[in-house]
Amino acid sequence: MKIGVVTFPGTLDDRDAARAVRLAGGEAVSLWHADTNLHKVDAVVLPGGFSYGDYLRCGAIAAQAPVMESIIKAANGGLPVLGICNGFQVLVESHLLPGGLIRNEHQHFICRDQKLIVESNTTAWTNEFELNQEITIPLKNGEGGYIATDETLKRLEGEGLITFRYKEVNPNGSMNDIAGLRNERGNVVGLMPHPEHAVEPGFGPDTTVAMRSGVDGLKFFTSVINSLVNA
Amino acid sequence: MGLFGKKKIASGVDTTTEAANTPDKVQPYAALGLKDDEYARIREILGRRPSSSELAMYSVMWSEHCSYKSSKIYLRQFGEKVTPEMNKNLMVGMGENAGVVDIGEGWAVTFKVESHNHPSYIEPFQGAATGVGGIVRDILTMGARPIAVMDQLRFGEPSNPDTARVVHGVVDGISFYGNCLGLPNIGGETVFDKVYQGNPLVNALSVGALRHEDLKLAKASNPGDLVILFGARTGADGIGGVSVLASETFDSTGPAKRPAVQVGDPFAEKVLIECCLELYAAQVVAGIQDLGGAGISCATSELASNGGAGMRVQLQDVLKRDESLTPEEILMSESQERMMGIVPKKDFKKFKAIVDKWEVEFSVIGEVIAEDRLYINWGHEEIVNVPPRTVAHDGPVYERPVAFPSYQDALNNDSVHAHGLFRQNDNASELAAQLVQIVSSPNQADKGYITNQYDRYVGGNTALAQPDDSGMIRVSEETGLGISLATDANGRYCYLDPYQGARLALAEAYRNVAVSGATPVAVTNCLNFGSPENPEVMWQFKQATAGLADGCLELGIPVTGGNVSFYNQTGDVAIHPTPVVGVLGVIDDVARRIPSGWQDAGHNIYLLGTTKDELDGSVWSEVVHSHLGGRPPVVDLAYEKQLAEALNAASEQGLLASAHDLSEAGLAQAVVESVLRFGMGARIWLDEIQQRDGVDRTCALFSESTGRVLVSVGREDDVKFVGLCEARGIPVLRIGVTDNSGELEIQDVATWQLNDLRGAHEATLPELFG
Repeated sequence: MKIGVVTFPGTLDDRDAARAVRLAGGEAVSLWHADTNLHKVDAVVLPGGFSYGDYLRCGAIAAQAPVMESIIKAANGGLPVLGICNGFQVLVESHLLPGGLIRNEHQHFICRDQKLIVESNTTAWTNEFELNQEITIPLKNGEGGYIATDETLKRLEGEGLITFRYKEVNPNGSMNDIAGLRNERGNVVGLMPHPEHAVEPGFGPDTTVAMRSGVDGLKFFTSVINSLVNA
Repeated sequence: MGLFGKKKIASGVDTTTEAANTPDKVQPYAALGLKDDEYARIREILGRRPSSSELAMYSVMWSEHCSYKSSKIYLRQFGEKVTPEMNKNLMVGMGENAGVVDIGEGWAVTFKVESHNHPSYIEPFQGAATGVGGIVRDILTMGARPIAVMDQLRFGEPSNPDTARVVHGVVDGISFYGNCLGLPNIGGETVFDKVYQGNPLVNALSVGALRHEDLKLAKASNPGDLVILFGARTGADGIGGVSVLASETFDSTGPAKRPAVQVGDPFAEKVLIECCLELYAAQVVAGIQDLGGAGISCATSELASNGGAGMRVQLQDVLKRDESLTPEEILMSESQERMMGIVPKKDFKKFKAIVDKWEVEFSVIGEVIAEDRLYINWGHEEIVNVPPRTVAHDGPVYERPVAFPSYQDALNNDSVHAHGLFRQNDNASELAAQLVQIVSSPNQADKGYITNQYDRYVGGNTALAQPDDSGMIRVSEETGLGISLATDANGRYCYLDPYQGARLALAEAYRNVAVSGATPVAVTNCLNFGSPENPEVMWQFKQATAGLADGCLELGIPVTGGNVSFYNQTGDVAIHPTPVVGVLGVIDDVARRIPSGWQDAGHNIYLLGTTKDELDGSVWSEVVHSHLGGRPPVVDLAYEKQLAEALNAASEQGLLASAHDLSEAGLAQAVVESVLRFGMGARIWLDEIQQRDGVDRTCALFSESTGRVLVSVGREDDVKFVGLCEARGIPVLRIGVTDNSGELEIQDVATWQLNDLRGAHEATLPELFG
């Protein structure tokens, strides 16, 4: 199973995302921002970072990159796409997901082990979770405050498109505690927290069992591999 | 104006010919920071007066910051007080951009800490940001992939209104730049003290990993190789920063110095990192140097001098942000995110393909020549013609006057005992109140407010980070081979006794690495002091460097590099001497690293080491009594080494559930941090410590005696662990057990709900700065 990991100039978590793909049993394929060729991958991860220095608006320039032309087209055709943090911002700027992401309401970058509730487990990237399962995923962002119009929020709530909600602490002032979204079809998922940082014991978030042993993020990647196998 | 201005400048260039023809022209060398005798020496080297471009180069390269002219004679001992055994894993020692240590399995690690103090006071955000950028480029220059950063910060008193300005600016700057580079921030220090009010310290450490064969050096030795400047364009930022800022004491009546601080673009640096690593992999650079302090002046002269060769440079080929820059300004500019590569002509095509891929701008500005001479032209006119070594390496060396401080004896005599500081030994509720007062004081409180603004996850190799005693990073994903890093400095101890203070900092950083399960192998330092022109400051410097060098020899680990920051003083008032010491450790498999807090109920808690009546210079004396006097704790480095070896052996046998070093605020602080790390309760008793060591309850709780570690051990490993300590001569005493009570009970003192303690420990910084 080949999963593409896109590198824009300024992408930071591409190597982490590739490692997560490998640990889940997939083959990571590096995709370059300036190349429209998707190299026949079965799914795509848009990793975190500061693509193009976050100039203009987070994700805005990346959304115009040649590789995104191909990804948007493929996503509209059903290709599974996961946007993490800056990748989520790129998805929003590409109009694959609605709304926008703005500066955290407390004005600071925040890095924390974040509890989330999985509110949709029928997407390509979440099908291995239980509905309403609580998971812990590292979060690290400066511009993670989710905003949308009342109308959009109503639609997201009504159609069950809110995939992850922050639990206990809303770390950035996101409306309706929204941490992540899906599209109607369920192939495109975006979220601010970083599942690729919770895939390997010893390097993830703390759990009650042992320090840094949290691997809740691995299921994102096994989910997509499963959904592709079963497709 | 632009055109006219440019024309005027072009015609007004001071050439070397002009310099030879007008020997009596008055030059502004003093304003550039050069002393009379230094200017005379330059004239002697050149056999004429320097051109204005040459003067610019010498002035920045001979500044205190670049030439180490006041510190050189003392820094030598780091290279002299060594044994062959200490240097056996040292691949590159002092003098290069950063030291390189062989850590086994074909891997090497390079690390260094550097100051960015003065710029960070003037413009905290950019000063701190470019401090991170500069040290990361030093690491990159060695051929390594940077893998982590840490910051050592000292601020003024929290209650002073200016402190928040500096704290917010510095933390935002580090957060902005470091996070955007994709380097995990794995630890550091934050200390508040009024002595840093007008002179905050912003030190930045970076560490990188490389395969042995990828080592790069900053030298240009093959005639015909191209000299290529790549990365950001050269602008007017940071001009004169080195000489004007870092080598002069702040004077409140002087002109505004804001324009001399550099401005950073972390995106450009991130792209530059990836671009350089690809250039290294393609083996197309023969030598490389980053541009930091002193910019092109430094890079050209150092590359040529290190390679024993020379260079011909056309300065008009430098890509500029501002076409009106004069040659002198171009030579001195400290614009960030620039590198100078030495590229063999045959590899130029490959070089160009890689930099083009990363959309990094470059220009070929010259060529390496066999003659050891640095020629720089501005168009057809020669503006620099110097022996590169005289610029880069043969700067002035001073043996500054040294004087034992007039206040020192009185300070040392004013001990906690002599001062009659009252102890609440028999008043449990007062002792309990002191404990809470201490763990919630700004220096002892939880630093999450700051460290949570840094990304500690990126890279996926972070095995330990704040709030653990050291940061730990996996280097090899195949075997788990990794490194551990800790830094320490206690300005209060160093003020009382700079020799012991430096050894104490070394001992604590060493112990912090050891408690993580790693073996300490090398040392870096950042020596922050007042004005070297003050003989009493020079005495502190002399003592501290001797203490550190002697200490390293005793521990058997070499100093691989470092940095000196002088002139940290406002008017006549110097900071406390603050030699930041960083210790690097190696661990064969990060999977066996030791947590710093308690995570399982029913484990026994042991205190290793003995407690003495050592409260002089302590947190207790500061927070409870606002007192500083006496002598700092005694440190026995031979014993510290034994202790580290015992911890390592226990870790290898899997006997330790946790280990936490005791240092500032002693046992009280360590116990509170250990319960709060994972929210595990505990019951602690002090009476056996008091009986065995002959100390009172205040000492048992707050003494800062060295060589002590708090460990937790599962019951099944008890006998084995105690046996191991006894066999190695490490004093070991069971002082408590962990439990699920949700409380911390210190018998005969108090019982606290963990939530209450957490509130007290974690609320302080957000309340002050949030």
